[in-house]
Amino acid sequence: MTTSNINWIKLAPWLYTAGLFIVWELVVRAFAIPQFILPAPTRILEAIIQFWPAIWKNSLQTLYTTTVGFILAVVFGLGLGIAIGWSRFIYAGLYPLMIGFNAIPKVAVVPILVIWFGIGTIPAVLTAFLIAFFPIVVNVATGLATIEPEMEDVLRALGAKKMDIMLKVGIPRSMPYFFGSLKIAITLAFVGSVIAETVAANSGLGHMMLAAQSQFNVPLVWAGLIMLAVEGIAMYAVMAWLEMRMTGWAHRSQLAQA
Amino acid sequence: MTQPLVTINDVDMRYGGADGLLAVEGLTLDIAKGEFAAVVGPSGCGKSTLMKLVTGLYIPQAGQVTVAGERVTKPVSIVGMAFQNPTMLPWRTTLDNILLPLEVVDRHRKRLRKHKVEYVAKAEKLLETVGLKGFGEKFPWQLSGGMQQRANLCRALIHEPDLLMLDEPFGALDSFTREELWCVIRDLHAAQGVTIVLVTHDLREAVFLADRIFVMSARPGRITKERTVPFARPRELELLYQADFNDVVHELRGNIADARKAA
Ligand SMILES: Nc1ncnc2c1ncn2[C@@H]1O[C@H](COP(=O)(O)OP(=O)(O)OP(=O)(O)O)[C@@H](O)[C@H]1O
Ligand SMILES: [Mg+2]
Repeated sequence: MTTSNINWIKLAPWLYTAGLFIVWELVVRAFAIPQFILPAPTRILEAIIQFWPAIWKNSLQTLYTTTVGFILAVVFGLGLGIAIGWSRFIYAGLYPLMIGFNAIPKVAVVPILVIWFGIGTIPAVLTAFLIAFFPIVVNVATGLATIEPEMEDVLRALGAKKMDIMLKVGIPRSMPYFFGSLKIAITLAFVGSVIAETVAANSGLGHMMLAAQSQFNVPLVWAGLIMLAVEGIAMYAVMAWLEMRMTGWAHRSQLAQA
Repeated sequence: MTQPLVTINDVDMRYGGADGLLAVEGLTLDIAKGEFAAVVGPSGCGKSTLMKLVTGLYIPQAGQVTVAGERVTKPVSIVGMAFQNPTMLPWRTTLDNILLPLEVVDRHRKRLRKHKVEYVAKAEKLLETVGLKGFGEKFPWQLSGGMQQRANLCRALIHEPDLLMLDEPFGALDSFTREELWCVIRDLHAAQGVTIVLVTHDLREAVFLADRIFVMSARPGRITKERTVPFARPRELELLYQADFNDVVHELRGNIADARKAA
């Protein structure tokens, strides 16, 4: 416990991020890269400050569509995952359909959503939902499908109904899978809503970047990108924290086994 | 002669439909109330299948299984089970794991909330019996393998089953812990008058604990030999080093070798 008591591991993400921006800045200056190819971080920061009201408004819009789409994905994903894990019949019937559905690039669905709902918030929400719910379903169903047979035997021998086994064992057991999948799902939801905003919206970061591009305002395009990254990291961090809070036992018991 | 607690009469059990794998064939045995029976036999001969037939997890295609005078057609909740793998739920404390059967068995689940204190006291007493006093608040992953297996026994006993089915419960433990748990089981059997069926690979374990040992043939499993163990109770670990004990173990080893060859 001497003077140099700095936790380098904790600091590392910040140091590396700062390093990236410094190298970026130096490269742009050293090679005199024109702004419309790659603006320097300082130039992007200027743009962020200059256009802050618009950036803030559009960031909130993207956050809103992502969150609503994500919540829908959680509700449906959890429900469908439990249904699939519950019944082999539902599993056998739905699984191929879901694989097929998941194989469709979601950007191809956006035009259809626009035909149905017009340009605006709804296609973005639905795209976020469609892209995010698959990993939730798969993870919840996996958690349910991997109940130890001995555990099931012990309970069934005591007269447990399928419902008891699900409530006492299956669902708690699939929670680490579920919360783990939320990190992936929120990132995907974000991708989905930005894709839809880029193609078919009149607000949101995706739309803002497209508009900036058509006006050759390259620093603003990059400002949008940076904001997307910041939002993405923030949402991921919230989900990671939630996972730790809700299913700490899974991590600790793995630690104990290791 | 009182009526036996468990009767298995000419039972055939086939896995996976009409032309599936025949696991046991013409299986016949009975177990008296209060008896300690052990089942030994070559690997894959249908010992676990026998357990599952008695507990009503599987229903045989032919023959009858009767427990406590009733034909088994669905799971029988007067049975407690423990397997080699303790399968404690990691998100519950050891105490809550032990109370789990009470949340399932019909006659207890309705009383559980009101009489929680009484049940917790009972669980704690069981923990004390198996040498885990004060570990109830720990999570299973904070316990060693042997401690988890002790907790597993408590879970099998909490609803006061008349019949305790143990499927190689000590298989994964070191020999000291195993001998210690033999004594725990021996004392439980002596104190509570519960009927116990123990499946094991360890012949010394079978001879030390059981009143009667059933030897099964290789698949499809049948009882080829029934051996009464003559040693008086209470038995001490000393018995393991006596000549007549080893004679019985040798004799059984011979029987199993024959059973394997016969296949
Ligand atoms: N669920 C199942 N489906 C199909 N076959 C099974 C199933 N369970 C067991 N069997 C087969 O039935 C036979 C008897 O199995 P069982 O588990 O009863 O053997 P065992 O005597 O307990 O073996 P071990 O001593 O290795 O535990 C084996 O050949 C096994 O392959
Ligand atoms: Mg077995």
